[in-house]
Amino acid sequence: MDLVLLIEQLLNGLQFGVMLFLMAAGLTLIFGVMGLINLAHGSLYMVGAFAAAAVASATGSFTLALIASLAAAAIAGVIVEMVVIRRLYDRDHLDQVLATFALILIFSEGTRWVFGSFPLYLDVPSALSGAVDLPFGISYPAYRLAIIGIGFVVAFGLFLLITRTRIGMRIRAGESDREMIAALGVNIAVLYTAVFALGAALAGFAGALVGAIQSVQVGMGEPVLILAFVTIVIGGIGSIRGAFVGALLVGLTDTMGRVLLPVLFGAFMNPSAATSIGSALASMSIYILMAAILLFKPTGLYGSA
Amino acid sequence: MRRETLINTVLTLGLLAVPLAAWAMDEPYTITLATKVVILALAGVGLNLALGLGGLVSLGHAMFFGIGGYAAGILASHAQSYDPIMEWPFLIEGTQSMPVIWLLAIVVSALVALATGALSLRTSGVYFIMITLAFGQMFYYFTISWPAYGGEDGLSIYVRDRFPGLNTLDPMHFFGLCFALLMLGLFIVARISRSGFGLALNAARQNEARVRAVGIEPYRLRLIAFVISGAITGLAGALYADLNRFVSPVMFSWQTSGEIMIFVILGGVARLFGPVAGAALFIILEEVLGGVSDYWHIYLGALLLIVVLFARGGLIGLLAGRNGGGGHD
Repeated sequence: MDLVLLIEQLLNGLQFGVMLFLMAAGLTLIFGVMGLINLAHGSLYMVGAFAAAAVASATGSFTLALIASLAAAAIAGVIVEMVVIRRLYDRDHLDQVLATFALILIFSEGTRWVFGSFPLYLDVPSALSGAVDLPFGISYPAYRLAIIGIGFVVAFGLFLLITRTRIGMRIRAGESDREMIAALGVNIAVLYTAVFALGAALAGFAGALVGAIQSVQVGMGEPVLILAFVTIVIGGIGSIRGAFVGALLVGLTDTMGRVLLPVLFGAFMNPSAATSIGSALASMSIYILMAAILLFKPTGLYGSA
Repeated sequence: MRRETLINTVLTLGLLAVPLAAWAMDEPYTITLATKVVILALAGVGLNLALGLGGLVSLGHAMFFGIGGYAAGILASHAQSYDPIMEWPFLIEGTQSMPVIWLLAIVVSALVALATGALSLRTSGVYFIMITLAFGQMFYYFTISWPAYGGEDGLSIYVRDRFPGLNTLDPMHFFGLCFALLMLGLFIVARISRSGFGLALNAARQNEARVRAVGIEPYRLRLIAFVISGAITGLAGALYADLNRFVSPVMFSWQTSGEIMIFVILGGVARLFGPVAGAALFIILEEVLGGVSDYWHIYLGALLLIVVLFARGGLIGLLAGRNGGGGHD
């Protein structure tokens, strides 16, 4: 195992983690503020990716595609929140899981209806299509590097929004005591819709960014959704900082596990057995990580009881 | 007779009458559909014990369904190839005998439920939902990446496993076998819910603090319920494998967990026959809507949404009214 490959994989893990953060941030905000488990978050990710692919093929502009993904996911989020989600805030988790599971069915089949079952492709913008030379003779795709940068910028922006602005103050107040801030004259319904739309837009944005690396297809949201849930459970549900730490942990564990575990087992096993055991364990590694963390901290790393 | 008892009787008789009529008219496909309803209902009966009575929202019951399925698949595949599962320290051979397969499915599911339950039940609320989901995903990804038993492609059971004295290849015989097991499962769950254990479990769901105050430890009650629940769903998995003569990692997927939960909710949470009504409704919808449109999941989603938002007692709640049944709060 040479150093170049290792650093490349670290960057891949970082890129994966940053994408997970965009998903997890919305989920954790929505849970923290409204107390809602939203399984349909993966569908908003898919909506963003499809909107970007459609706009990119119509206009050829990647920037417009990104804007479209933000707008489409936010609008879908607002509609879903106003029609369905707001009826679920004071229901128990079981009802929320089922209603949002129903939304997944509707979104997935609806998208299949409109766009068909074949995957769409979204091209990496030409300005970012090459590779960048890094120290130690590493050559890394510029687009993935850009994703890492965008992810950190969004994370920092979100941090500023939550801690430094009036709307962030209201969101935090909504997390700690919703009756009180309603009594203080904050329109709680509008605040909730806004938080949901923000989470949706982040998910859609992530979908568009990832869509240029992978294919854009129905059902693309669910694997990411589960990983995003693992992320926020590890970080502690409701905590943005926890989501960030959790996302990087999950991204790095998954990516590095896939590279390192087969090598590790190869040290004392024959190669084919090592590959199959290593890759089997690697695909389970983040769930093992999550179970281990919950054993020691049943409410996640940054969660409050 | 209470309305719910009446509905349960009608459901049971209906579930028997449909395949009998299909048998008389020589329509094996309908018998197979009825068998599917019965097996999926049994999986739901298992979940309903944890979910309805215990209030444990497990999004990982596909784990037990899949374990049951793979127990059948693995034993049968070894029997088919005459290749023993292990020779050392003692010889274990594959088998195509259903009672042995069922026993293994139940025991392994129960052991896995004991291990995962012991860990998961340390958490509650959303964390419980997510950790059960995570355990399910572990099994899902493990079976996908483990090449020995087909990996992503799954395993075929070329000839349906055998049961002494019956011809399981005859759809009606196989239906009767599954139906008997469903009735047994319902009987066990009914007895449990009326027992001291069941009452305490129900009480722990409604008010944990009071149960603790009278000296009962909710953790143990829930763990036992989770184990029994997993074992019943595991048995259903073994039957499902034999119904399709095929097992694949899809049995472990979280969508399967979601669907088992849908049976319970569509029928009515904590109603004894809820999963039976729910599974029957689901399969009927699948057949009817699937014939109308390829995109029938949209209608299923809309229906599910309406049930969750407006008809909270599910089908049986709608027909039998709110009172009676230990409704879900």
